[in-house]
Amino acid sequence: MLQDYLPLFVILVVGFAVALIAVLLGMLFGPRRPTPRKAAPYESGIVPYGPGRRRMSIRFYLVAVLFILFDVEVVFVIFWAAAARQLGWLGFLAMLVFLIVLEVAHVYAWKKGALEWD
Amino acid sequence: MSLSDLMMVLPIAFTLVWALVLLLIDLWLPRERQGILALLTALGLAVALGLDLAQSGRSGSAFRDMVVLDNFAVFLNALYLISGLIALALGYDYLKRMEMERGEFYALLLFSIAGMMLLTQANHLILVFLALEFLSIPLYVLAGFARPRLESEEAALKYFLLGAFSSAFVLYGIALVFGATANASLTGVIEAVRSGSAEVGFLTAGAVMLLVGFGFKVAAVPFHEWAPDVYQGSPTPVTGFMAVATKAAGFAVLMRIFLNLFPGLATSLTPIFWGIAALTMIVGNLLALAQSNIKRLLAYSSIANAGYLLMAFVPYGNAQVAGQAISSMLFYLLAYGLTTFGAWAVVVALEQAEGRGLTLEDYAGLGPKYPWLGVTMLIFMLSLTGVPLTLGFWGKFFLFRTAVAAGYVDLAIIGLLTSVISAYYYLRIVVIMYMRAGEPRVRRDGWLNLVAIGTAAAVVLLSVVPVQMLELTARAVLHLP
Repeated sequence: MLQDYLPLFVILVVGFAVALIAVLLGMLFGPRRPTPRKAAPYESGIVPYGPGRRRMSIRFYLVAVLFILFDVEVVFVIFWAAAARQLGWLGFLAMLVFLIVLEVAHVYAWKKGALEWD
Repeated sequence: MSLSDLMMVLPIAFTLVWALVLLLIDLWLPRERQGILALLTALGLAVALGLDLAQSGRSGSAFRDMVVLDNFAVFLNALYLISGLIALALGYDYLKRMEMERGEFYALLLFSIAGMMLLTQANHLILVFLALEFLSIPLYVLAGFARPRLESEEAALKYFLLGAFSSAFVLYGIALVFGATANASLTGVIEAVRSGSAEVGFLTAGAVMLLVGFGFKVAAVPFHEWAPDVYQGSPTPVTGFMAVATKAAGFAVLMRIFLNLFPGLATSLTPIFWGIAALTMIVGNLLALAQSNIKRLLAYSSIANAGYLLMAFVPYGNAQVAGQAISSMLFYLLAYGLTTFGAWAVVVALEQAEGRGLTLEDYAGLGPKYPWLGVTMLIFMLSLTGVPLTLGFWGKFFLFRTAVAAGYVDLAIIGLLTSVISAYYYLRIVVIMYMRAGEPRVRRDGWLNLVAIGTAAAVVLLSVVPVQMLELTARAVLHLP
């Protein structure tokens, strides 16, 4: 049974070795002439400005969490919808329970003002 | 799925629906009428308790063997639900005066209890993992409920990080067990082991990983580091709930998994259990000696008690004493739960805002000034020490007897010696209460007094009928596939 995992192990070793060799070669033979511009953080060609660790509004996180919540809902519903006929009424009931639980969360978020930007 | 499947998990389903309803009611309830929510929660817990007790004596499995029902689960579910009721009574006044009364408290408490019940009834490793997360995530939030107090936030973050860490161990253990047997259902794994198609090496590794993961949950040494900080920082009613219900849930799932899944691995796992149990008893009791904060002291006490409970696991592979081990573990859980909740009730009564009133010095003069509270605390401390004829004594007696019957006299001796050590710090509280002069400030609250006096009465009354109680817990046998 362990032999089945041998290819996986080989890939692991080769992967680590390639990465390690590339980094080591660069460290050993690469020229190093730093200038302030080279040492600056890379921001896709835009000149960097300001500190990197600004405070972000908590609203962004709320939006992100709510997005995940309803995104997952849609994913589940799609799979159920694709097989709705085969799953029958039992599947419909199960989906209904899922949606009701989710709707409680939705109402909760709404009423607590999580959906308002200001 | 059919209606009879649903009947097997009716207490869980009811608790969940009730929690969702409470969440919605809270949205439209004016802030000053939050008390209604607490009463509704108590009502829900009481109904769930009734539904649970109505299931006693029934056994079977449901949802294609995903969940099982047996007296073991009925007993522990009742324990969680009663713990919830007690935590509610402890929090009723506390949340108001500490200005942290938010409606989510009640829903989160119910969610966590539902997770515990599911964990106890789970018969599939994936469901075990799901239920473990389900009980933990509400507790992470509850631990941080005293925000913006820094200690509470620290407790929540620490609990969350280490909880996530331990979940990873559990998950890895499940993966290894699945890899070894190509099955994740407890019934299926046993079949694979019986037919000899399992890889014993992987299975052992998986079992050890699961043990580490649940070791974090029950705060067994060397996985105990989070417990004192989390217990200290969390709101005190939540701490009491964690110390009793979460610990019971951890032991319940350990018992079910190890007795059901790995009886064949007993020879290689027994030394590990022996070591963890001995270490937990020794380290927990020794570190408790150095504590000056009552919440930290009780946290170390709960670690030490986990060690005594782990003693029941050492002979788990020995079929002759397995039944005795389960019943003495459940007896000890009951004794420990009642005593600990009582002690936490006294702590809640003395705690002031901003974390004041929690050092041992604050208990000076409590005995003469508040005789009732003093006597109840005296009873709890004596019972936790295991002074003969108290409920705690019987709990330890039955556990030690099981260990001796299985041939682990050395473990019983370690338990005995560490109990003697624990007398120092438990009785120190009693000495401070009665021998030193002081002006303790005590919060008077009817529900709090009810918990303190009720648990004290239960500790005293049940200690009169230990054998009958043991017979009761002996009926709570595991459903073995």
